[in-house]
Amino acid sequence: MLFNHIANKPISFYTRYIQPGWIFVKPNRERGHGQLKLSYFPGCSLESTAKEYDLSTRSVCHALGIELVELKDWVCCGATSAHSTNHTLSLALPARNIALAQEQGADLAIPCSACFNVLKKTDYTMRNDETMRLKTEKITDFKYNGLVNVLSLLEAFTTSIGVNSIAKSVKKPLQGLNVVCYYGCLLVRPPEVTQFDSRENPESLDNIINSLGAQTIPWSYKTDCCGASLSLTSANIVHKMVGRLLDAAREAGAEAIVTACPLCQSNLEMRRAKGDISMPAFYFTELIGLAMDLPDTEQWFKLHLVDPRPLLKSLSLVR
Amino acid sequence: MMSIINQEGLEFYREIREKSGQPIELCYQCQKCASGCIATEYADFYPNEILRLVQLGQKQKALNCSSIWICSSCETCGARCPNGINTRAVIDALKEKAIAEGLVKEKKIHLFHTVFLNSVRANGRVHEPVMMAMYKLKSKDLWSDLDHGFNMFIKGKMPLLPSRVKNRQTLKQIFKQSYSS
Repeated sequence: MLFNHIANKPISFYTRYIQPGWIFVKPNRERGHGQLKLSYFPGCSLESTAKEYDLSTRSVCHALGIELVELKDWVCCGATSAHSTNHTLSLALPARNIALAQEQGADLAIPCSACFNVLKKTDYTMRNDETMRLKTEKITDFKYNGLVNVLSLLEAFTTSIGVNSIAKSVKKPLQGLNVVCYYGCLLVRPPEVTQFDSRENPESLDNIINSLGAQTIPWSYKTDCCGASLSLTSANIVHKMVGRLLDAAREAGAEAIVTACPLCQSNLEMRRAKGDISMPAFYFTELIGLAMDLPDTEQWFKLHLVDPRPLLKSLSLVR
Repeated sequence: MMSIINQEGLEFYREIREKSGQPIELCYQCQKCASGCIATEYADFYPNEILRLVQLGQKQKALNCSSIWICSSCETCGARCPNGINTRAVIDALKEKAIAEGLVKEKKIHLFHTVFLNSVRANGRVHEPVMMAMYKLKSKDLWSDLDHGFNMFIKGKMPLLPSRVKNRQTLKQIFKQSYSS
């Protein structure tokens, strides 16, 4: 009888809760044409732990009229693990992506600060170090022409789009939201390589968030380290580093932290004291999307480990 | 200064100087790097002390220390150095040398880098769920972070199948040639 009961139900009864995201990386559809075309290097984190960053970036860019063309067949940048163990590899992996971007032609926008940093460093080496350039070209089998600019997504937003046009697209100002902007290490350092904003007190992200109607609070931990890849190997150290950041943010009077890096964001969410849900960490693209009143914000927020929706509800920014 | 160090020490200094491409000899111990370094609390040497160890050819001490592994490469030291020394590059050179000499102090961090790069070698991209599982198995640290892992899986952030690159040939070539040169 039990067997009959089980067999009589349609298959969908048992599979309805299974999501495709459990099994494979869902490919994101490319969206139509825009006035500004950028190549897009998502990086490994944006396929898994930072999925909401990828989703919000694509939606916001589409709404702002930017066409993001994902690099075809991009490879991992190698991250800390490559530059800690093999210098040649730490140039060759990013160089492969620069080669792909060169084929596509448009400037390259990179949301992940860690990926941005290694690609930018490789670009810098290719421009300034002849011997390393020749060696890397040989390994990755391409000819560097230096025509593609490597930009972080934040830089692309501030320089290519501009704060003014972001401000113009705001439909629902984020009134009453007090945040601190957390840039992390790799967007602004080393300064001779990144050539972007101030190394000690950057303001580009603050300007964007202010233009959305939210209030940014000055604090002195904008470019301090979150512990980055130590998160897995030395969790106790990262706990202390993140605790320091959260305390400072609270002391400054913020209700949330805005980041531009998947590593910072996941450390801020995962490595805090257990049960602490008071200080959510946003990706800046999510706030832009929220202020533009895009329909899919809910989908991003529910992917967070620290749910930001209670805070946003209390300010009646989401339903 | 050079007269008080032996031949082996001198060669070590020259090798790191060459490999990192940084003017290590210019460091005059102002400690601006150390005062900005977030890792000093957890490590055995300050960044300026590491530079001094290299200057003095103290190979054993410089290679077999935990500081170079605890360093999260945040680059604060280099950005503030009045002499333009990018200490992160020196530390990277030291790590590479420590691996070659078998003098790695923080074995778990080295293991993480190895597992990470193996994942890149296999798929062309890091497949985070398997990479983390491999790290946990090999480091015998099985029980931490299971809650976060499960939470992320439920939210669809931990896909069981990797996303792989199609051009295996170039990937293979990059790894082969990087490790042979």
